[in-house]
Amino acid sequence: MNKNHRVPSNRTLNAVEVKSKFGAEFRRFSLERSKPGRFDEFYGLLQHVHRIPNVDLLVGYADVHGDLLPINNDDNYHKAISMAAPLLRLFLQRKEEADYSAFGTDTVTRKKTPAALAAVKKPPIIISLPKDFRPVSSIIDVDILPETHRRVRLYKHGQEKPLGFYIRDGSSVRVTPQGLEKVPGIFISRMVPGGLAESTGLLAVNDEVLEVNGIEVSGKSLDQVTDMMIANSHNLIITVKPANQRNNVVRNSGGGATSGSSGRSSDSSTSFYGYSTPGLMAMTPSHIIQNYEPDEESEEEEDLVIEADRGAKLILQAGARATASTSMPALPRYEPHLDLRTSNGTMASSASAGSLNAHKGLEGRSLEEDGTVITL
Amino acid sequence: MCDFLFSSFTQTVEHGFPNQPSALAYDPKLQLMAIGTKSGAIKIYGAPGVEMTGLHKDTAAVTQIHFLYGQGRILSLLDDNTIHLWEIVQRENRSHLVEVHSFNLPGRPGIESTSATRVTVMLLKLSCDLLALGTEGGGVHFLELVLFFFKTLGHLQYIPEEYKCGKSLGPVESLQQHPQDSDKILIGYSRGLVVLWDLNSRHVDNLFLGKQQLESLVWERSGNSFVSSHSDGGYMVWAVSSSNPCTHDPISSTIPYGPFPCKAVNKILWRTTESGSPLVLFSGGMPRASYGDRHCLTILQDSSHVTLDFTSRVIDFFTIHCTDKDKEFDDPSALVVLLEEELVVIDLQMAGWPTVPAPYLAPLHSSAITCSCHISNVPPKLWERVISAGQQQCPLQNYENWPLCGGKNLAADPKPKELLLTGHEDGTVRFWDASGVSLKPLYKLSTANIFQTDGDHNDSLTQAGEEEWPPFRKVGCFDPYSDDPRLAIQKISVCKYSGKLVVAGTAGQVIVLVLSDEKSDHMIDVATVDLLQDREGFTWKGHDRLPPKSGSVVFAPGFQPVVLVQCMPPAAVTAVTLHAEWNLIAFGTSHGFGLFDYHRRSPVLARCTLHPNDSLAMEGPLSRVKSLKKSLRQSFRRIRKSRVSGKKRVQEANAQLAEHDAEVTPVQRRIEPRSADDSLSGVVRCLCFADTFLRDGTHHGPTMWAGTNSGSVYAYALDVPSQEKFSEQSVEALLGKEIQLMHRAPVVSIAVLDGRGNPLPEPYEVSRDLAKAPDMQGSHSVLIVSEEQFKVFMLPKVSAKTKFKLTAHEGCRVRKVALSNFTSVSSEEYSENALVCLTNLGDIHVFSVPALRPQVRYDCIRKEDISGIASCVFTKTGQGFYLISPSEYERFSLSARVITEPLCRVDVERPHDLSLQQIRYLIFNILYQGDFTVGGATQAIS
Repeated sequence: MNKNHRVPSNRTLNAVEVKSKFGAEFRRFSLERSKPGRFDEFYGLLQHVHRIPNVDLLVGYADVHGDLLPINNDDNYHKAISMAAPLLRLFLQRKEEADYSAFGTDTVTRKKTPAALAAVKKPPIIISLPKDFRPVSSIIDVDILPETHRRVRLYKHGQEKPLGFYIRDGSSVRVTPQGLEKVPGIFISRMVPGGLAESTGLLAVNDEVLEVNGIEVSGKSLDQVTDMMIANSHNLIITVKPANQRNNVVRNSGGGATSGSSGRSSDSSTSFYGYSTPGLMAMTPSHIIQNYEPDEESEEEEDLVIEADRGAKLILQAGARATASTSMPALPRYEPHLDLRTSNGTMASSASAGSLNAHKGLEGRSLEEDGTVITL
Repeated sequence: MCDFLFSSFTQTVEHGFPNQPSALAYDPKLQLMAIGTKSGAIKIYGAPGVEMTGLHKDTAAVTQIHFLYGQGRILSLLDDNTIHLWEIVQRENRSHLVEVHSFNLPGRPGIESTSATRVTVMLLKLSCDLLALGTEGGGVHFLELVLFFFKTLGHLQYIPEEYKCGKSLGPVESLQQHPQDSDKILIGYSRGLVVLWDLNSRHVDNLFLGKQQLESLVWERSGNSFVSSHSDGGYMVWAVSSSNPCTHDPISSTIPYGPFPCKAVNKILWRTTESGSPLVLFSGGMPRASYGDRHCLTILQDSSHVTLDFTSRVIDFFTIHCTDKDKEFDDPSALVVLLEEELVVIDLQMAGWPTVPAPYLAPLHSSAITCSCHISNVPPKLWERVISAGQQQCPLQNYENWPLCGGKNLAADPKPKELLLTGHEDGTVRFWDASGVSLKPLYKLSTANIFQTDGDHNDSLTQAGEEEWPPFRKVGCFDPYSDDPRLAIQKISVCKYSGKLVVAGTAGQVIVLVLSDEKSDHMIDVATVDLLQDREGFTWKGHDRLPPKSGSVVFAPGFQPVVLVQCMPPAAVTAVTLHAEWNLIAFGTSHGFGLFDYHRRSPVLARCTLHPNDSLAMEGPLSRVKSLKKSLRQSFRRIRKSRVSGKKRVQEANAQLAEHDAEVTPVQRRIEPRSADDSLSGVVRCLCFADTFLRDGTHHGPTMWAGTNSGSVYAYALDVPSQEKFSEQSVEALLGKEIQLMHRAPVVSIAVLDGRGNPLPEPYEVSRDLAKAPDMQGSHSVLIVSEEQFKVFMLPKVSAKTKFKLTAHEGCRVRKVALSNFTSVSSEEYSENALVCLTNLGDIHVFSVPALRPQVRYDCIRKEDISGIASCVFTKTGQGFYLISPSEYERFSLSARVITEPLCRVDVERPHDLSLQQIRYLIFNILYQGDFTVGGATQAIS
């Protein structure tokens, strides 16, 4: 896990090395960092170097975190150039081959939470290619938590948006063998409008915080819980007991095939199979690499080591190692944020069958949280 | 690692002066002194090393303590009107102080009011079988100690009507046993009436109808006369004669500091001497208008008159004198004065009554402690030189004539010497012998004399301005006033092998000092290092730098300054380190860090760590000490605070109320990750030198590391010329690595570990054959401790190896950290290194190094005690110190082997056991109805 991904750093700072991949072909060229030019020029350049002048392209690049992000305007193009350190890795796809209609239908047919409604106002409209987004939150471990609890993961990813919530002391009522007992608890006290927490719709004022990244908060002071949350802020997993219990996931309403879901608890590669359509699978299997590993290490923020010659290097940990070893781009995986894995043995062994199965499962359930997974 | 390395956490001994002392007692038979405090602690001191501590269960102030002479028993009276009996018991062949019984004083039958039965004074008969208690209501109660019989002597209502004028006599102010006839006691009432009472006949022998409000009484040794002191600042001598049962006027009446109104004489002692005239000692009595604010104690004998002028309130005092009944005179040998902030002992036998330095109860806080530094295993050479430097400052530094010599110190003379250095607000650094139980002052270093300060002019003024009368003599060293808050010491770094010391202060001053045995008169080299490095758009709004004195300055033997480096802007120094072998010092402030070659007197490097958005750093983070006026005001406030006694309870009550309030209006906390532009992110938190692999894995060399508040670590490779070429060739520094911890928590500490995972030895340790050479074969690693995590990175690649995320797991943050070596109890050969960490919750965690596996956890300091947590220092052998009050260090030990605790024995003879089962309690209520008839009730409880 401690292998580092190191890029030779003896390049001049001025040039950006570009490695562009389309299908199985690579092209390498360089750009001047200080004068990147406009996106349409760049787009033309890409079509030129790959000799695909008339092909509509989806341009993506791997950012410092190893995530695939889109380049489709001047702003994100300039961002990509400025962040290249110093290699900029591009991944091109034919636009027509990106089959996102399946996503669209799956997403828009189920919308019950307010968050989902907020995110998808007009169901028929395809809001965008989900890959253009990075996940900002997810509900995880639905299968192992009591239905009254919700485990929410917030992805901070170094973005500018604040986490945007406050916590307070309070008291809650627990059922004990001796009867009802009033115990001190930690509650969400306020949401900052426009903050990450609010925009996900998964957390609300007066939700009781039960755990922070797997550690129970009972017995801990408000300051301790604050420090724990801040220490985990790059990948915060909060288990709450929502104040509003009407939007809980009802677990056992699914069809027979899915009801006996195994105890898988966190995101893992199997979840990918559960969500990607067979077509997409067949088309871009090699592009899809686990970005978010289930174990804690991969979510670890990466310390930045700058050598004396000023070439920035990343100490990438487990997640990045995967990228490095396959030398494959990391496509953003559509995170199965509800963790609706029906990962029994057959599913794991047969990807397509499993995914079909999963779709059945998805349709069979009354799902409410979908909209939130692609909320920005 | 397991139990044989770590003991259970033990708080072993308290060093320094007890906070807020409130009572004093002395046992002339055992030669022990006891001090009670407002927080309910009782501390016993005898010969140096003989110390015992007890703490009452309730934190009520100890108002009085009395020894049962020779029995090793103490009675304490608390201000919640309870009496406690303490005994010195022998356990495991050493003495401990334990509470054996407590006694709730009852109200008089039928009267619920507590104020009337509130005990004002206690008298223990010399025979130790009877305790007399004087109360607020004017009653005197007797407690028979053998069986705890309790009798009450009720109101005295027999007084001549013309004296009484219909008013009450007021509380009992003093109870004194007749020095010759143990059955007679003298009872003094607040209004001035003094009664000589015979316990056997239950009769009043004499009445003395004093008309001045009474403060205290003392017998003359023969019992033929006694002295009373009064609220008007005077004292009276009364003759006791059996022929005259009712005395109206004293033999003599004096107001020593009259004729203008004077303050009360709170306590008076009258001691006869063989040489003739008696020695009169009294506290207070100063002329109200001109010296009413002074804390004074007067010693009078014939024409000799000294007014001891203290800097804090006199709590109590006693003399050590001959108590042998056969001797004719008291012949006092010493006066012991307990002040609010220190203990002063005066030799009464030597001419001029000089002070005797105390081997314990050192007033650590004579000027407020601002930082501390511990040096373990001090080389004998340095030790001797420090001691000799100290002896030249204060020649009386042997404790052989220390008058309190009760008990035996059983602790062996501590072999490895330990020094504790404390930096103070007035720019001094004090060196303490921390090897044993009592923290002894060794040497005091002042850094103020190399600067021009306002305080310079005052010296001449105070000397000339002192008046002839009263003959004041300044005594004691407690001095909370600082000439200039910029002088305050912030950081200390020592090289114990070369006798070099670096001291850094609040105005960005970094002073390099060298230990010298000779007096010297030299100029100091001054250098200025600009840490902003042409960073534009910043203006420093804080204090100015301290102007150094021009010309040469005379320095006494000891640590003598050679180089003064001043950081610009002159913000407080936040980190400093010294490498004497390389002649380098590194220092950091809130703006950046610098590296200075003190051999060539040339700066090597300056680096700005400021974040462009950080405006607060420019304001001067210590702007609270910006003005002298403000700091004076704070000092006054602090003093005032220490004077008010009842205030504490109000505060506690308020705190409790606040807790209840918290439920009504809860506080909320914002959850947001640290960002790069948080304020004060550029503060340099730690610096370290190491000989290690930074550039490649084959060549090691000198490096310097700096960590900041924003989680940045800068590592420089240094090019240090060999010993011979120091003068010709300059040191070069090249930035090797910059590490940005992504969690951005402040970097608290950096340490380089060798190939075996051991910390690198200190400079000179290897070249002088004092430590095993570090493993330079295996790959080195660097341990970076932030407030949230511990991380070990391999060198030179800086690849993460192990880590422990403390905050993410426990919700606590790192406050203090140290690498300590723990030696096994069973074998001296076996030891392991461990990372010791104190968190903001006040608990101590121990981790293995370099695996960073949690080993043990102890609760240490209350989490509310922020100054205690901030003051904590760890030793290299698994001990530590923290301030439990401004004046006291608590010493604790994590090591199973190295424990410094009192090991003493006080042998006592007890005529009988005071066993709890036998206690019966009886009220014998004697009511005098004009004609001295006895009446009342008897009550027994078993």
